[in-house]
Amino acid sequence: MKALVYVGLKPGVLDPQGRTIARSLNDLGFDEVTNALQGKVIELTLNGEDAEAAEARVTEMCEKLLANTVIENYRIEMQL
Amino acid sequence: MQTAVIRFPASNCDRDAAVALEKVTGRAPIMVWHRETELPDGIDFVVMPGGFSYGDYLRSGAIASRSPIVRDIKAKSEAGLPVAGFCNGFQVLTEAGMLPGALMRNKNLKFVCRPERLTVANANTRYTKHYAPKSEVTFPVAHHDGNYFADKDTLNRIEKEGRVTFRYVSNPNGSLNDIAGIVNKAGNVFGMMPHPERAIDDMHGGTDGLGLFKSIIESI
Repeated sequence: MKALVYVGLKPGVLDPQGRTIARSLNDLGFDEVTNALQGKVIELTLNGEDAEAAEARVTEMCEKLLANTVIENYRIEMQL
Repeated sequence: MQTAVIRFPASNCDRDAAVALEKVTGRAPIMVWHRETELPDGIDFVVMPGGFSYGDYLRSGAIASRSPIVRDIKAKSEAGLPVAGFCNGFQVLTEAGMLPGALMRNKNLKFVCRPERLTVANANTRYTKHYAPKSEVTFPVAHHDGNYFADKDTLNRIEKEGRVTFRYVSNPNGSLNDIAGIVNKAGNVFGMMPHPERAIDDMHGGTDGLGLFKSIIESI
């Protein structure tokens, strides 16, 4: 079983990297881009069969290590 | 007086911290490896040194802050043990939840490495007693992730409680309220991005950092 964990900055937290990416896309002629947020994806490979139990454990992993909840949000996507 | 410096993989200011502590206390600190589960007996003051622990993987200080020794240090700090973190050490202390807020990528995305002027925002803490109120000091900075962030409530709280100890004169990294250093509520845990341990000898170009070490050591 796999879990994809998306970690990104919370709304309202300045994301200078995202802003730089958006500006660079604008420079390339992609004028429709008004904002970019840069985050990261962590792909976890897990033992076990129970997706619900696994997701609860991954949530705990996010709270304990994978995200810094002072500045970051996370989203979990389970893949069976 | 026995001090300790914690060593993580890719700490690189551990020796600078040791030299500073020996200079002020007259006794070499015990260097403690991060895999240890307990501090040696009789430690009076702990320094988390600067560096790039674990190559800044995941987030600066994130992995180091979950190491076994930090659990013990956190528990002892809650019982009053003084702990200071400089640069990466400050990042470790915020990641460990021992100090509020977080240190993010510098606003201009640049690594800054230069002497930085700071004002002493509160000279009435265990770490700043040796400085005159509102005096100016110069410590080197050398970081990529020094942009101090905390949510509005936290920021208001630490400001109201006088827990901002140092502010940048010309903000190099985008830190909110020009914050360079803070203490916890009890005043025993301190963190700052600049390097006082690299300003303790005339050879360094200045000795402004000595006051910080003297302040905390004399308070013990």
